[in-house]
Amino acid sequence: MDLVSSILTITIRAGTSLVIATIGEIMTERAGILNLGLEGIMMMGALSAFAAAFHTGSLAFALLAAAAVGAALAAVHAFLTVTMRANQVVSGLSITLFGSGLASFLGQRLGPAANNRRLVGLSGPRFGQVKIPFLGDLPVLRSVFDQDLVTYAVLLLIPLAWFYLYRTRAGLWLRSVGEDPQAADAMGIDVARTKYAYTIGGGLLVGLGGAHLSLAYTPGWAENITGGRGWIVIALVIFSMWNPARAIWGALLFGGINAVQFRLQAAGTDIPASFLNMLPYLATIAVLVLMTWWETLSKRVGAPASLGVAYMREEK
Amino acid sequence: MSDPQAGAGTRLVEMRGIRKSFPGVQASDDVCLSLDSGEVLALLGENGAGKSTLMNILAGLYHPDAGQILVRGRAARISSPRDAAALGIGMVHQNFMLVDSMSVAENVVLGMKGLPFVPDLRKVKAGIRELSERYNLRVDPEAYVWQLSVGEQQRVEILKLLYRRAEILILDEPTAVLTPQESAELNAVVRRMRSEGKAAIFITHKMEEVMTFSDRVMVLRRGKLVAERRTADTDPRELARLMVGREVLFCVDKRPFSPGDCVLELEGVRAEDERGLPALDGLDLRLRSGEILGIAGVAGNGQRELAEVITGLRPATAGRIRLKGRDVTNGSPLSLIRSGVGHVPQDRSSVGAVGDLSVAANLAMKGYRSRPVSVGPVLRPSRILELAKRLIAAFGIATPSPQTRVKFLSGGNVQKTILAREIGACTSLLVAVYPSRGLDVGATEAVRKELVAQRDAGRAVLLVSEDLEELAQVADTIAVLFEGRVMGTFPACEADPETLGLLMSGAKKEA
Ligand SMILES: Nc1ncnc2c1ncn2[C@@H]1O[C@H](COP(=O)(O)OP(=O)(O)OP(=O)(O)O)[C@@H](O)[C@H]1O
Ligand SMILES: [Mg+2]
Repeated sequence: MDLVSSILTITIRAGTSLVIATIGEIMTERAGILNLGLEGIMMMGALSAFAAAFHTGSLAFALLAAAAVGAALAAVHAFLTVTMRANQVVSGLSITLFGSGLASFLGQRLGPAANNRRLVGLSGPRFGQVKIPFLGDLPVLRSVFDQDLVTYAVLLLIPLAWFYLYRTRAGLWLRSVGEDPQAADAMGIDVARTKYAYTIGGGLLVGLGGAHLSLAYTPGWAENITGGRGWIVIALVIFSMWNPARAIWGALLFGGINAVQFRLQAAGTDIPASFLNMLPYLATIAVLVLMTWWETLSKRVGAPASLGVAYMREEK
Repeated sequence: MSDPQAGAGTRLVEMRGIRKSFPGVQASDDVCLSLDSGEVLALLGENGAGKSTLMNILAGLYHPDAGQILVRGRAARISSPRDAAALGIGMVHQNFMLVDSMSVAENVVLGMKGLPFVPDLRKVKAGIRELSERYNLRVDPEAYVWQLSVGEQQRVEILKLLYRRAEILILDEPTAVLTPQESAELNAVVRRMRSEGKAAIFITHKMEEVMTFSDRVMVLRRGKLVAERRTADTDPRELARLMVGREVLFCVDKRPFSPGDCVLELEGVRAEDERGLPALDGLDLRLRSGEILGIAGVAGNGQRELAEVITGLRPATAGRIRLKGRDVTNGSPLSLIRSGVGHVPQDRSSVGAVGDLSVAANLAMKGYRSRPVSVGPVLRPSRILELAKRLIAAFGIATPSPQTRVKFLSGGNVQKTILAREIGACTSLLVAVYPSRGLDVGATEAVRKELVAQRDAGRAVLLVSEDLEELAQVADTIAVLFEGRVMGTFPACEADPETLGLLMSGAKKEA
């Protein structure tokens, strides 16, 4: 019982950043924009959150910084792909390269003089667990109700995002833009504005996902703190078939693999550590293969029909 | 432009001196147009004359280079479809503007101003049902668009406008994909709307429709307004002449029918459609060289699947297909192309042509494996260009240059491009599915002549058409298709519309 609880606790904690980022990317892709810059944006989110928290001591300010940086990087992607009509894959990859590089550079510049201007190895404010009375004392359930504030917010975000996408006017507009921008445009929806809004909004969430890493999951700054989570999120979006409600399952699966790996390593097994570290990525490949297979079998494709395609009104 | 006579109602729209150019073409050249309430205006013109362009300008999708638009007497700035909608202007586009993966109800309210943040779709559905009832436009608001037939999708487009209470309706070739019955239903809807004081601009290539639908006709040629008539004062022949600039023959000369050996033979062929339902149900067919076999039938009775099974694009689940005595059942498209089978597909934009490639590349697409287009693995651009220029001239394809991308051509010219390529590649059998759909009278005449020329040159032609007049004119033999089976085959000269109609609706042929 105790083992289950502890694995579940770590699972949820590890899954939080994945869920936020997955929902962010789902929103972006629903507008027809593929943002492969996630890894870089998450990294920059983690860095700016930690740097802001360390220097100001304010967690609220740290979240704000991560959100703003995430939004700004995504705005670059939006500008390049919507206004300049650059190739989305190329633009996304350059943002990942740029974000990761810049984060590691700033990690050696934004620290205090006493630490050689480095951020590595410092500790700053962090989100601690806030136990919810009564629920947080029940067996097993306590792993859900003894978490940090960001995680609670994410648990609320999932149904909200689902409702927004499938039950509101704005969600309808958004889905139509990703499916058929020409039709959306003809029906009076501002396609470019929609793409901008959700690319930036999605980037904002991805930035916050990064913030959860450096403020709660693995508090502090470390090179490569995201460990490829940005890429895993791309797979999670496919796994959830672009539906926010399903984002939780993918995130739990990957969070769970993380947790088990954590546990195994702590317990000291014969399995080499490098193999354990490989598990989440192996799972990613397995999931992608399975989903693609299932999609072809059921003849149902969940991807927004115009994902990755630039749209210009008078250019059919 | 002078206005022969203002209609009974008030002036709703006035477009003055509209100009619009695209790279290499002047699509609208100083066009003036007016529309009164309670009036149906037909807009006529050859493929590429600029009809859709002019209407897209009124609907806010394109920006004119110059000109002025007045709506209800006041100067209007229409810079987006949203502005147009606010003025009560709604358009049914030539290619439908529907989101396939969404329900009818969602499509109807898409982009609508004043929709609550959390829309009550039950209320929307009730509203759609009420409108469906009132205008006799049957469609299930819960259904998804991808599940609907083209006719039903067309109804959704019209419901969209009605639901938004559009007063000025633009219908861009709404009947091109409709069966004759559906066109008649649409006519009733348009009349009903007119009696309610709404006005419509109606684009079509079918002369009978101009005569029955409209009150007034305007004719465009190469972006210019060349004539305006009251419908009552004109006739199809005059209109065709105004459009094309020459006399159009409504009949085609053919040599006497003298069929040769059997080219294509189908025996008990079965095939499934996209949803896995039987589309061809034990079909038998024989086609000889020098023969045009017309396939009559209401759309959706297996026409498309028939063409695809023959050309190797769809597997046959049972039965045999023989081409010149050789078994080609489930042969690859390549092997069939090599045996000289040409295919003018039903879906010209996604199957027939590659929109992002140039006209020249599209024309060379079936010949790129051999001389003169290529030597070994290397393409020869100069030869491709030569070939393209020759075909463009021969088929009268209106394009700024051979390098223009196909997606910029008007619908009719895309069709001519495909036809030119397929006829070039065809040495034994030509399968043409609705080849004159969406074409103007001049182009239709050209296509029909070309089909007959292929037959006279000793090739076999399988012509799928809904247009009984076309079949009567061009085909030697007519077979009626119903629910994936041939209901009867007879010489074209013996086929009367009545029997055909009966067989098309599934009635058994009397002995
Ligand atoms: N978005 C565009 N970009 C470039 N050229 C265009 C564009 N839209 C139309 N054209 C060109 O403008 C001309 C007029 O096209 P338009 O679509 O208005 O013709 P149409 O009269 O509607 O013909 P059809 O009967 O075939 O539909 C054509 O030569 C076409 O190639
Ligand atoms: Mg047109």
